[in-house]
Amino acid sequence: MQIEVRNLNKSFGDFHAVRNVSFNVEKGHLIGLLGPSGGGKTSILRMLAGLESPSSGDIVFEGKRVNELPPQERGIGFVFQNYALFKHMTVFDNVAFGLKVKKQAKERIRARVMELIELTGLKGFEHRYPHQLSGGQRQRVAFARALAPEPQLLLLDEPFAAIDAKIRQELRSWLKDMIERLGITSIFVTHDQDEAIEVADEIMIISKGRLEQKGTPWDIYKNPQTQFVASFIGESTIVEDVSKLKGFANATSWPDTKALIRPEYIEVGRLSEFRIPSATERGRVKHIHFRGSEWLVEVEVGSNLLITYRSLEKDILHPGEEVSVLVHRAYLFNESDSWIMENALKEDPMPIHI
Amino acid sequence: MKKLWIPLTYVVFLVLLIAPLIKIFTGAWANGWGGFIEAVARPQSLHALWMTFLITIIVTVINTLFGVMLALYLVRADWLGRRMKQLLNSVVDLPFAVSPVIGGLMIVLLLGPNTVLGAFFEDAGFKVVYAMPGMIIATLFVTFPLMVREVMPVLQEIGAQQEEAASTLGAYSWYTFWHVTWPSIRWGVIYGIVLTVARCMGEFGAVLVVSGNIINKTQTATTLVYQDVENFNVIAANSLALILAAVSVGLLLLMEWAKKRKEVH
Ligand SMILES: Nc1ncnc2c1ncn2[C@@H]1O[C@H](COP(=O)(O)OP(=O)(O)OP(=O)(O)O)[C@@H](O)[C@H]1O
Ligand SMILES: [Mg+2]
Repeated sequence: MQIEVRNLNKSFGDFHAVRNVSFNVEKGHLIGLLGPSGGGKTSILRMLAGLESPSSGDIVFEGKRVNELPPQERGIGFVFQNYALFKHMTVFDNVAFGLKVKKQAKERIRARVMELIELTGLKGFEHRYPHQLSGGQRQRVAFARALAPEPQLLLLDEPFAAIDAKIRQELRSWLKDMIERLGITSIFVTHDQDEAIEVADEIMIISKGRLEQKGTPWDIYKNPQTQFVASFIGESTIVEDVSKLKGFANATSWPDTKALIRPEYIEVGRLSEFRIPSATERGRVKHIHFRGSEWLVEVEVGSNLLITYRSLEKDILHPGEEVSVLVHRAYLFNESDSWIMENALKEDPMPIHI
Repeated sequence: MKKLWIPLTYVVFLVLLIAPLIKIFTGAWANGWGGFIEAVARPQSLHALWMTFLITIIVTVINTLFGVMLALYLVRADWLGRRMKQLLNSVVDLPFAVSPVIGGLMIVLLLGPNTVLGAFFEDAGFKVVYAMPGMIIATLFVTFPLMVREVMPVLQEIGAQQEEAASTLGAYSWYTFWHVTWPSIRWGVIYGIVLTVARCMGEFGAVLVVSGNIINKTQTATTLVYQDVENFNVIAANSLALILAAVSVGLLLLMEWAKKRKEVH
């Protein structure tokens, strides 16, 4: 289903929970709604589902305005954060609910339910009740139940929130495969940016009721359009006066401008490890932390504390050690604008052409 | 201390609950089986029991329907507005706060033969006070909070999400109520019914005021017991009381069972 949302607003009493949100979703796309708690993600999802009515704005499905349409008529599947399974019904009856409502023939219901139970890997659990299932299994039941009536749009509110990290990983790739195979337009809410980046075709960043940015994960990572997005996606350090860093002296032309530097924009090491030593400057290792697959290094450069990662393959650095630091680029922002600045000294002063 | 409290509890229990029951039992049997039958088979006894039975059935049905409905509205209806809900919520408890006799009196003052409303109904050939309708209204007044207060917490606890899930799956409210909400609240409702029935059978004050306690007309089992006691007809009073007590004990057992089921589900 193709979706268009225009100037959507929602107020609860005098609290403005969703502010002027507009976006389009193409048919078959998987969209991740990402943002801090209380930002309005669930509210947006509930309005799309018809469980909440917008204070103003339009929701358009396939060119038709559906604001007045009740949830029953919208052709959506909704997976709730805590699944909301019918607790007095077996897995089979849960999945069959949406089909029984439509008064389909018994054999057809049975065939469809068994197909979904198979698809979601729940075979053998048909006669269990929700309280006899694990979190991951419940999640699958919720998913199968939402898919049974063949919805055109699938809405998932933090579908993996209650599941432990390992199963979560499995479930999310399973979910992505499934949605791709079925070709259903889907929108899912998550707190977990890795999840959004890994699974979604496009991400929408929601904060304080506003849509901050919408784009592919790569796009958002590479070109954050607001400071909020830049600091929310990925890790970063905020540097008050970037002109003090080597290679960024030009930044003095923009007063009142701060910089945001991601760990992956920074290299640390012995001077000999750098191809262009002139672009580096001196720093001192403050702390190092083992992060499973690499070292997280906190390094002091002048008055700034930067964080970066260092491969386990390279020599181990030690706290207190003098090192060379190369900052490749910084994300600069002030009140009105934001842009990316590359290290001006990185261009090799004496390039050797072969 | 513990050594003192446990026997004391037993003593209170015996004096307050068991002793009266035994007394009722022996009192009813003072003249043997025959005396009991004779007391119960009096026309006014049969009529009073029949009245109690009728009122219980009618009030329980009405109270169940409206109690469940009001509980649903109070918990689920967003369109009611918070103020309205708060108001209704406190009105529901009114019968708990007001003495049943006062409740009965309010009905007489409102619908008695000398009032505008009462006269209007009487002209329409429908006697309210000192007749069955008034007694039903009085009993309804007294029992009203029981169902609402039993069902509301259950509804609050299960939350609206299962119902919302049902609506996204295409189910409208009636279907959702019977297939999703009802299975969750039914033990609460049964518990509420038991409480309502017990209260209907035992209600005295409100009914006494509204009915006028007219023998063979508006007399219920409890008001007849009262009259028999007044007339020193101890065996009759005990016999009727025994019947009421037996039904109550049965209900209590049913209630325990319902409570257990409620906890399980
Ligand atoms: N029914 C309601 N009544 C009043 N305020 C509400 C209601 N529902 C949500 N809100 C408020 O609206 C804001 C947005 O809520 P919402 O549930 O959409 O956030 P969210 O982005 O889903 O947060 P989370 O990630 O924690 O689930 C919150 O500040 C919340 O307190
Ligand atoms: Mg939420």
